[in-house]
Amino acid sequence: MSKFRKKGKKGQPAVNTASLPDIVFMLLFFFMVTTVMRETTLKVENITPQATEVQKLEKKSLVAYLYIGKPVKKLQGAFGTAPRIQLNDAFKTIDDIPLFVEMEKESRDEAERNRITWSLKVDSKTKMGIVSEVKQALRKVNALKLNYSTKKTDKISNN
Amino acid sequence: MGRRDIPEINAGSMADIAFLLLIFFLVTTTMDTDTGLIRKLPPVVDEITDPPPIKQRNIFEILVNANDQLLVEGEYMQVTDLREAAKVFIASEPGNPSMPEFKDTEIEGLGVVQVSKQIISLQNDNGTSYEMYIKVQNELVAAYNELRNEFAQQKFNKPYTELVQKSGSSDAIKMKMKAVKKFYPQRISEAEPKKTGGAE
Repeated sequence: MSKFRKKGKKGQPAVNTASLPDIVFMLLFFFMVTTVMRETTLKVENITPQATEVQKLEKKSLVAYLYIGKPVKKLQGAFGTAPRIQLNDAFKTIDDIPLFVEMEKESRDEAERNRITWSLKVDSKTKMGIVSEVKQALRKVNALKLNYSTKKTDKISNN
Repeated sequence: MGRRDIPEINAGSMADIAFLLLIFFLVTTTMDTDTGLIRKLPPVVDEITDPPPIKQRNIFEILVNANDQLLVEGEYMQVTDLREAAKVFIASEPGNPSMPEFKDTEIEGLGVVQVSKQIISLQNDNGTSYEMYIKVQNELVAAYNELRNEFAQQKFNKPYTELVQKSGSSDAIKMKMKAVKKFYPQRISEAEPKKTGGAE
């Protein structure tokens, strides 16, 4: 009896933590590779509406974003509250869209240029007038594959 | 000779440094994948010489005004009822004079079937809110998706969504998916918005 007890009383050895940095580095690299840094700072209010039939956008590198909404509180003094278009990092007008489309296409591989999805991130309170104008502008420059950015929800309501 | 042994560098704090970096990346990066309704715009036509005539019975007319109210086929409707109404219209039986016409179409995998000539026409006002626009779009897409699911379930014992997911894996599934798609073609025509008025 006492033979066995003696052995157990010795106390457990400390767990070897030498491989801990390796594990953490592995996690670190995983996150570094899989995540994408947010590229633009939003200058417009942007709460996208909700929908049930949403699809995921597959290739992130093939998506170009157009933001529409009223300027954020901080910028309302200078820019007013009328809805505006934000392309990359600045407020732009409808007339700048052809150039924007051209630049976005230019920055992609030639084979992939026609597969770009144009994601419209429009604030849900925006009126359709400006959205339609943007759509027409995109249509004119042959940017036809659109995505209306929405959040997923289970049910939509009447109001 | 006079060289002293260089003491080993203590690597105990390596984990801390790595953790610090890890937490930095966890915090600064966004994992959100963009989701949304994917639509295609019609290409620009040079000049509309003569739009082909479409019979009134083939068109499901939806008007949205500046107050976000819906007028569907001349009747006021709530957006939550739109899905059912659209489904009834899209999946009507042939031979009903108030419902769309049918055309015999050859579909690979189904043979010759009668396909409805339905078109959904959507017109919104410049003052319509984007939220309402998305709701209408969503309900229409949902109507098509539900019908396609039901049809695929009945024909191939699999919902349409599953066919879409697996369409990359085999040609047979891809053909089935295309057949379902052709049986219920998604035809949503968006007219250019008008400024019909209503309160801003």
